[in-house]
Amino acid sequence: MTRRRIAVIALAVIIALAGSAVVGYQLSGSGAATAQRTGIGGPIDLPATTGKRFSTADLGGKPYAVFFGFTHCPNICPTTLSDLTLDMEQLGPLADRLQVLFVTVDPERDTTSSMKDYLSAFDPRIIGLSGTPEEIAAVAKAYRVYYEKVPTEGGDYTMNHTATVYLMDGKGDLTGTLSLEEEQPTRVAKLKRLAESG
Amino acid sequence: MTLQAFRTQSASTRLFRSFSGIEQRIAIATLAIGLLFVGVDAARAHEFKIGAIEIEHPWSRATPPGAKVGGGYLVIANDGDSDDTLVAASLESAGRTEIHQMSVDNGVMKMRPVEGGIAVPAHGKAELAPNGFHLMFMDLKQPLKQGEKVKGTLTFAKAGTVDVVFEIDAIGAMPKHEHHGDMSGMED
Repeated sequence: MTRRRIAVIALAVIIALAGSAVVGYQLSGSGAATAQRTGIGGPIDLPATTGKRFSTADLGGKPYAVFFGFTHCPNICPTTLSDLTLDMEQLGPLADRLQVLFVTVDPERDTTSSMKDYLSAFDPRIIGLSGTPEEIAAVAKAYRVYYEKVPTEGGDYTMNHTATVYLMDGKGDLTGTLSLEEEQPTRVAKLKRLAESG
Repeated sequence: MTLQAFRTQSASTRLFRSFSGIEQRIAIATLAIGLLFVGVDAARAHEFKIGAIEIEHPWSRATPPGAKVGGGYLVIANDGDSDDTLVAASLESAGRTEIHQMSVDNGVMKMRPVEGGIAVPAHGKAELAPNGFHLMFMDLKQPLKQGEKVKGTLTFAKAGTVDVVFEIDAIGAMPKHEHHGDMSGMED
């Protein structure tokens, strides 16, 4: 009888703890709990603008920020890369403690050499990544990135795509995001926290 | 920001007070107000007009090397009694220009060609800006460089075609509206 009562109390305590953990997870937004549970992210191993293949495994625990876009993009991609460039300038040497990655969602048009030219307008530490359509699809799936072609006049196309910058810690877990709507001080504070976590 | 504004204000107030005579103060105040108008005039100088349609500050952004596309932005005012529509546009250094609409929905950037152009209601305005309706310059023959002025045209269903000049701003520039030279005007 007593044993049973203890078992009931123990069960209640476990349920309560689990409940608060769930609430904590929902409240924590950019906390570590989110990282383990969202399942967003994964290793990246793609041909890079450096001329070699780039692998997140070679980062040696360095945190990274990754953004998916394409070079035939008139607004959000150059703006995001320009914002990141200004943010890295603000961070100063601290920016060396994180890696910024730009992955194309348009591998048919974006080669690593055309991306290299394109990225020369931005912070030289930003690495561009392309690959086969299958390689890109696999990475996009791991980061839950949505992308699709939108036909335009004259048989051309533009793209719809997820425009969030993912902030990944040294373990490769998602710790937060940057978005277009945020002001620079907010972005810099988030990147600073990310760099210092490495 | 507030503190800085306060300091600037108190410094100018002190400077203002150092002019003792009322005539001197009036003269300085008049000069200051005059300069303000010069500023506004300079800001408004980049305008084009055809019929009842007035185009304010057509601009674009510098493009990274090798980029094939750019965006065109402007404000259109219709002083007339009938609605008009922006149906086409061109840029000297672009193979062709389309009218697109961009939106961000749940973190996804969406771009779609606009069918039938952009309506400019009678006595109303239409704004083309980076995060909404804009001109999409395609097949750029050369990169757009900051500080350059590039010729183009805008065609309206009723008013016809007008020659304009697009001023090229920085890569990540945002619309400045009337706050020329004021950093607080660089909102989204």
